[in-house]
Amino acid sequence: MTAPSPLWSTLTQPLIRQNPVTLQILGICSALAVTTQLPTALTMAGSLTIVLALSAGIISLIRRHIPDAIRLIVQIVIVASLVIVIDQLLQAYLFEISQSLSVFVSLITTNCLVLGRTESFARHNPPLPSMIDALGNGLGYSLVLIAIGAVRELFGAGTLLGYQVLPLAEQGGWFTPLALMMLAPSAFFLLGGLVWAIRTVRPEQAEPPEFAAPQIPEGME
Amino acid sequence: MADLNPFSAWRRLLALPNESRTKTVVMAFLVSAFCAVLVSGATVILRPIQAANRAAEQQARIEALVAGVPGMTQLMAETGGTLSTVVVDLTKARAATEVTPETLEAALADMANWTALSAGEDLAGLGSRPDYAQIFLLRNGEEISLMLLPISGAGYNGRIDAILALTGDMHTIAGLAITGQSETPGLGARIEEPAWLASFSGVKTRDARGDLRFAVAKGQAGTEYEVDGITGATRTSSAMTRIIRFWLGPQGYGPLIEAVRRGEF
Repeated sequence: MTAPSPLWSTLTQPLIRQNPVTLQILGICSALAVTTQLPTALTMAGSLTIVLALSAGIISLIRRHIPDAIRLIVQIVIVASLVIVIDQLLQAYLFEISQSLSVFVSLITTNCLVLGRTESFARHNPPLPSMIDALGNGLGYSLVLIAIGAVRELFGAGTLLGYQVLPLAEQGGWFTPLALMMLAPSAFFLLGGLVWAIRTVRPEQAEPPEFAAPQIPEGME
Repeated sequence: MADLNPFSAWRRLLALPNESRTKTVVMAFLVSAFCAVLVSGATVILRPIQAANRAAEQQARIEALVAGVPGMTQLMAETGGTLSTVVVDLTKARAATEVTPETLEAALADMANWTALSAGEDLAGLGSRPDYAQIFLLRNGEEISLMLLPISGAGYNGRIDAILALTGDMHTIAGLAITGQSETPGLGARIEEPAWLASFSGVKTRDARGDLRFAVAKGQAGTEYEVDGITGATRTSSAMTRIIRFWLGPQGYGPLIEAVRRGEF
């Protein structure tokens, strides 16, 4: 068996081992907000992946000529422009979904994930590895979004992608939707559970405690 | 003599150290120009498709609004009627003579057809109000049985667009549909929820003396002039009150509504 090529591992590392959401806890604001249904989660995941890959590509192309003093603003301007273009495309061709995503597509600009990858990876690497790294991270983010979106839609409405999977009690079936799944806190619970599960399987991801509990000296009350 | 060849000038620029002031300024300019072209290109090319989407959306909401008014589907079927579209002149409180639905957009592009509102009048936070508006009427014989009025104003996060339906007596709300809003998801955006919109049906706007009494209540509705407020969205709720009161008031459709009540329309 040959060793996996570095590009392949750049692509697959962020899926679980270095997953930006569950390991670095980046970009969870949108991960919580858009996962009530699978279609919105898929659209958001797709939009973020495209923005991430394109911005990494563009920034990597001009990486040798970005003056240090203005590098952050240059990156944000590029990311923001791509986000606006994607938002306009969604409003033109996926109007219904863009209505339910409301402001969260525009907020991709401020998603730490995008700036994190362009700043830490694309600025130091050639376009191809940068785009593959961005694609991997986008897919890692998508994986989490799709997982949470699927669970929330399945248990919150009994559907998947709009198709009735669990027969609803009010229509003569046996399933009573969990209203909690439609509310933002459930995404927190699911994400927390996911992080816990991954860190149990891969204990190397657990962070060392930042503070030791203070020792209370004997005899003091 | 300065070298004017653009290629060598470009090469010299790229060769400059990244920290040089010239290169910083030129890079900033180039990136901005590139992004500006990208963004404006996308906006301009896609605008017709988006406008068509929004128009279709508005049409669907109007149909849903009419269908949601009790007895309206039956009435529509009886009269065989469809909604008629009329452009009204808000200043003169009658149908506009020179402006048709087709030329409305062009007319509103001319700022001469807008009336600036003073701070005291401007309840809805509009700044200025168009003199022409496109409304929809459903007639039963000669009588108007339903009037749909597009309204808009400043919400908490941005503009709220809606369509208000009044029954034939013009002092009772038949329904409300939100056609555009950018309020906080989960809080103010709940103005789009069908349950809340349904609570508008049958609410009176004016009392017997003709005073404008409509309000979104702070909490539960107490009178027949109120609808329940939305918990956690005080600013959006009060914006809805102000928007509806403005458009029913003297600067909005108030004169038109009185003209319809007098049977002059």
